[in-house]
Amino acid sequence: MIAETLYTGFGAWNPIVWLVAFAVAILLAWFIQRLGEPDIPGDGESGKSYISGNDEPSPEDGHIGGSNLYWGFTDAMKGYYARVVPLHTGCLTDYVLWFLGTFALLFIFIGVL
Amino acid sequence: MMDFIMANAPALLIAVPMLGAFALPLVGRLGDTPRNGWILAVTLITAIIAALLAWTVLTGGPVLYTFGAASSSDAIPADSGGIPIRIIFTVDAMSAFMALFAAFVGFITCLYSVASERLSSGKDGYYALMLLLLVGILGMVTTGDLFNFFVFLEINSLAGAALVAYRIDKGVSVEAALKYGFLSTLAGLMVLYAIGLLYGQYDSLNMAVIASRMSYTMLDKVALALLIAGLALKAGAVPLHFWTPDAYSMAPAAVTAFLVVASQAGLYGLFRVLFSVYGLTLNYVTVGWAVIILGVLSMVVGVTMAIPQKDVKRLMAYHAVSQSGYMLLGVGVGLVVLGDAAAMDAFGRTAMEGGIFHIVNHAMYKGLLFLTAGAIFLQTGTRNLNKMGGLGHSMKWTMLFFIIGALAIAGIPPFNGFASKLMIYESVFAFSPVIAVIAMVVSILTLASFVKVFHAIFMGPQQPKYADVIEVPRPMLVAMGALALLTILMGIFPEQIVSTVIAPAANALIDQSAYVATVFGGV
Amino acid sequence: MIENVPYFCAGILVIIGLVVIVTKKDMIKMVMGLALVEAGVNLLLVATGFISGGVAPIFTNAPSTAMVMPTVQAMTLTNIVIGIATTALLLSFVMVISKKYGTRDVTEMRRLKE
Repeated sequence: MIAETLYTGFGAWNPIVWLVAFAVAILLAWFIQRLGEPDIPGDGESGKSYISGNDEPSPEDGHIGGSNLYWGFTDAMKGYYARVVPLHTGCLTDYVLWFLGTFALLFIFIGVL
Repeated sequence: MMDFIMANAPALLIAVPMLGAFALPLVGRLGDTPRNGWILAVTLITAIIAALLAWTVLTGGPVLYTFGAASSSDAIPADSGGIPIRIIFTVDAMSAFMALFAAFVGFITCLYSVASERLSSGKDGYYALMLLLLVGILGMVTTGDLFNFFVFLEINSLAGAALVAYRIDKGVSVEAALKYGFLSTLAGLMVLYAIGLLYGQYDSLNMAVIASRMSYTMLDKVALALLIAGLALKAGAVPLHFWTPDAYSMAPAAVTAFLVVASQAGLYGLFRVLFSVYGLTLNYVTVGWAVIILGVLSMVVGVTMAIPQKDVKRLMAYHAVSQSGYMLLGVGVGLVVLGDAAAMDAFGRTAMEGGIFHIVNHAMYKGLLFLTAGAIFLQTGTRNLNKMGGLGHSMKWTMLFFIIGALAIAGIPPFNGFASKLMIYESVFAFSPVIAVIAMVVSILTLASFVKVFHAIFMGPQQPKYADVIEVPRPMLVAMGALALLTILMGIFPEQIVSTVIAPAANALIDQSAYVATVFGGV
Repeated sequence: MIENVPYFCAGILVIIGLVVIVTKKDMIKMVMGLALVEAGVNLLLVATGFISGGVAPIFTNAPSTAMVMPTVQAMTLTNIVIGIATTALLLSFVMVISKKYGTRDVTEMRRLKE
């Protein structure tokens, strides 16, 4: 029983054991990597990136920016986002109304039910 | 000297930063170095006092401090009819825990500001407001007096709003500050209205006295709804979160990291009112479910709104909303089973410990993430994820700290976010499996969105327009490193933290009679 | 019944203030609405301290009748001071925004949204 074990009431979590397992995995990875060639053979031509025979793109084109990522997720959730995003109108009056509405709902929840 | 500090620690906790704030314009005239030294000394001393106070509370039980009395046993004067006339600070384990990490984050953010705001003008006002924000937070978490709580809430709101507007930025940050200031003032006035209703019935402002006389009439229910709505707005729970992304994204990074703690003081107020003032008299199942619904809404709406964001700090702000949902969820589950001793022992206590543990974990990793975002903004001049890329080549330390913060917020072992989330998952699963599954899905979406941020900022080839970007100055790295170190340490030794600090804090909330006895017993 | 009039007035003042906040578009008028809410809260606080026939709590030469608890007066004064500070801060924000945006209309202060 190591003192670091965190009991959650149903299970336990020991970070030290986890870290030891992690270290073993890193050692294994390092060992496998050591089996490979230490350097690129030949004249260096084979060290260049191969993109289906196309030229390597410039640094600006070679990086996919923030909003292109997770396009699929937001597109699949279009119905949800079309409803939730417009609620953040940026208009202070709406925010005050949300506050009053939440108070009213809470009061119904607490006082009436 | 030492005895004096120990005996007056609750008062010094407020007095030292306040003195520091009001003396700052004078010290600032001496130049930059004396001002930096002053601000760091004041915040460090405050943090040390908070640590001493926390040590006293954790070893010797709750501390009672009566202002203007010869000794704290004069808390209730003999001829007052059982009503404490003076302002009383009641520092139990929960208060001490909040004060400790708030003071620590205050020191770290000021250390960061020394470097990040070194070229700004108006530094006297900036640091004075930072210290006043610290006063507001520390006062909110230590006071045992409802009106005093309101005063510190207003100090907190005003200092926070003024700090959000610190960089005018073509008026946009002033717009954010106006929304934040307006909504928190309105919420503060509603809280005061509730305090007036409670005072009118129970003739006292002291939380313990009100708790001992609480009869849960209709007026008390109105007051409770007003208090929950007002303090949930301050804590940024959905659907009252609208100011959060605006204020968090427009404030300077160090201020944002500190504003996270400021909203957690609102969360503390909410828990204090629910558990210590109302306690078992309220209909805890209904109110507990209200808190859980707020929490689940915050988690889901926060994380889904974060995913399509393009501004890195706005994205992180929505994650802050999402993470406070976990705290509401954990403590809400504890509230639902408050009157059921068997369920409380089976999972309620663990859920509350998880929720409270998450508060401090969130302050650490979210503060760290906002500080890294500020470092990137300082060096590149943009917060737009579409315009960044390849910064991992030039800002290696910032990248390392960002990875630590991102993995911690996503709940990846062995960082601290995992430990508290594990406690929440397992205890909530025993309560309601559906909510536990929602919590896990939210965690996965959090990881997904931080993978996006990491890729957009740090990965890819080095961009020509950022060729001359260099690493940030050393004080900023030290500040981020301290938070990163704590994030890791709290993840590797969770049981020590939980058993020494978190469990007493959860007990302090659950055990209402002990809170009442602290004041009446004249400890 | 008559002794409850201040409480009703306080509630009505708060509601008038809230109505002003949500119906007016001019930001300065919204801040005025907030000041009305604050006035209503102050009235509620002061009204809770009223004792019929009570005297000011000055112990020197006081008649031996009921005295008024001074806590609420202190609270109300504190809240008036806090209210002045918040109103001044919010109005100065409105001033900066109307200089930079050229409008005080709340529906046009929407550069931060979504």
